[in-house]
Amino acid sequence: MQEHDLSFVRAQMVAEQAPPLRERGLVRWLRKNLFANITDTIFTLIGLFIIFSIVPPVLNWAFFNAQWFGTDRTFCATVVQGGMQPEGWSGACWAFVRAKFLQFMVGRYPVDERWRVYLTGLIFVALLVPMLMPRVPRKGLNAILLFLVFPIVGFFLLSGGYFGLREVPTPLWGGLTVTLVLAYVGIAVSLPFGIVLALGRRSQMPVVKLICIIFIETMRGVPLITILFMASVMLPLFLPPGTTFDKLLRALIGVALFASAYMAEVIRGGLQAIPKGQYEGADALGLSYWQKTNLIVLPQAIKLVIPGIVNTFIGLFKDTSLVYIIGMFDLLGAVRLNFADANWASAQTPITGLVFAGFIFWLFCFGMSRYSIFMERRLDTGHKR
Amino acid sequence: MKKLITALLGSAVAIAAAPASAATLDDVKSKGYVQCGVSTGLAGFSAPDDSGDWTGLDVDYCRAVAAAIFDDPDAVRFTALTAKERFTALQSGEVDILSRNTTWTISRDTALGLNFAGVTYYDGQGFMINAKKLQGINSALQLSGAAVCVQSGTTTELNLADYFKANNMEYNPVVFEKLEEVNAAYDSGRCDVYTTDQSGLYAIRLTLANPDDHVVLPEIISKEPLGPVVRHGDDQWFDIAKWVYFAMLNAEEYGITQDNLDEMLKSDNPNISRMLGTEEGSKLAADLGLEEDWVVRIIRHVGNYGEIFERNVGAESPLKINRGINALWTKGGIQYGPPIR
Repeated sequence: MQEHDLSFVRAQMVAEQAPPLRERGLVRWLRKNLFANITDTIFTLIGLFIIFSIVPPVLNWAFFNAQWFGTDRTFCATVVQGGMQPEGWSGACWAFVRAKFLQFMVGRYPVDERWRVYLTGLIFVALLVPMLMPRVPRKGLNAILLFLVFPIVGFFLLSGGYFGLREVPTPLWGGLTVTLVLAYVGIAVSLPFGIVLALGRRSQMPVVKLICIIFIETMRGVPLITILFMASVMLPLFLPPGTTFDKLLRALIGVALFASAYMAEVIRGGLQAIPKGQYEGADALGLSYWQKTNLIVLPQAIKLVIPGIVNTFIGLFKDTSLVYIIGMFDLLGAVRLNFADANWASAQTPITGLVFAGFIFWLFCFGMSRYSIFMERRLDTGHKR
Repeated sequence: MKKLITALLGSAVAIAAAPASAATLDDVKSKGYVQCGVSTGLAGFSAPDDSGDWTGLDVDYCRAVAAAIFDDPDAVRFTALTAKERFTALQSGEVDILSRNTTWTISRDTALGLNFAGVTYYDGQGFMINAKKLQGINSALQLSGAAVCVQSGTTTELNLADYFKANNMEYNPVVFEKLEEVNAAYDSGRCDVYTTDQSGLYAIRLTLANPDDHVVLPEIISKEPLGPVVRHGDDQWFDIAKWVYFAMLNAEEYGITQDNLDEMLKSDNPNISRMLGTEEGSKLAADLGLEEDWVVRIIRHVGNYGEIFERNVGAESPLKINRGINALWTKGGIQYGPPIR
């Protein structure tokens, strides 16, 4: 006879249960990340308070209360300010940006010639995009087109005076066009020139080395604003009267030389990071100086300093707005120039214009930064940490 | 030290200027346009409109010069110049004429080798206060101890210091470099008083949140006669620069406007027919180096002084500045055009 065993032994497995509420899903995430202990909780609450006190007013200003359409300042001013908005209204004056948008993009370029700017931009994008995509073949040809052919084509298209194109003097250029021209020339010149200067500075030849050091240290020792100022104010005094050469060209040369000096130092950092064994190995293989540099040293050095190079590019891109002080109107300059238009003067105009300019700058700089991260990952061969 | 630099700059400018005295009019005619230096944006004086064309009082003066020479107000190219660049640009021949709200002073007229062609706008530094905050103040002499917003690196800052010192008053300067920053600081109440040229105060009122709370005080603490400038050494060009402006003043005095120009051309008034070049055998225009109908061209394309004033800074513009001392001498102002005869 079998007696019942009174001790409790479970015969079946208990069905799996969901974890307790506080250990799963959103609650767990909140508890772990936002309210794990008292300090976290306090900071979370402070953070939430800040977010809720900043974000809704910003959204209200930028979107919900914003004035999107209009033809003059009355659309962006309250009744007391001589406009049509209700008392206490505050919102972005996007109507101002709409009215001036093309001016912000191409400056005072003559209206019926603006297709030339658009065409130049289109060619640039058509050459740049395949250049940036690693999958697309024929990088050599692409580079030649982008860095040798495009500047010439772009120059003739933009400035005209040949092939039946009307001449458009550079004071009429402006807006984003000038920003991009300055940045493109600065970047396209500074990278090769910077490499040469960096190699020169590490050269065994005393004269070359001295010249490179003097150039780099002089350029790095002077603010860009001074270089631009020298180029625009002092240079005409040294030249024979009547020989004025273009203000944009002067600024371009100034910016390019300045960026080259910085680039040279960034690349020198990369060159110094290459172990001596690499140089000796190349020597042992019987490679010449240029073979050694091109095949062994530079590919490794440049890969190492991509963040530094892009940093310099982004800095250069933003520095271009300094040309405002020599009376040239890049994107920021064009925006600020239009603050002087009494037809649009209102309490909201300046802030709207500056937010717009800031957004465009951010777009470009953020794009450059993301691309550099992508490039770093792609080129990261074997030193993963 | 500052004096030394000024002297050095001045002499450098003078040296550079010396050979650039060839006939500017011939140069201008051969290149087909007038190169005009304007400011990098000043409401009512030089600012771009929605299509990007320059407009303003200073701009219209240059258009008048172009109209007088070429019968085309668009035969002019504008160079935007900062305050620091403007004189070099004129001396080095980069611009033919500088119409950039430039104050006429003796040192500029002599040491810098410039000639001022007249005063297109009599300006002066003034004060604007927030009347809600500072109640009961109706004179700048009551401003002792006030926080004053001012743009740095301008003569405005110096005039301000002089004025308060001369009147034994204390003040706290709140200095910014950029105009927008000064405006924002004043509007948000960081300072009680805003000082700049009066024409600027009117422009700034447009950007304030509650413009009715602010009043411009009656005191003018500096003289700022603004006018177009040419280089030393070319008297013919100087004459043209002067008389284009005087012609606009005279046209207003005799009531010649863009609208009634065609009737005026038939006028028997000898003053008018002499001015408009309809008088027989007149050598006035030829002596100036221009065509017979130079005044007609100016009026047709640009208008008389009153018209460009009202259009750009006066009642027809958002600035709504009163004529004040810029009215004609016949109407209580001090704008006075010498006779054309």
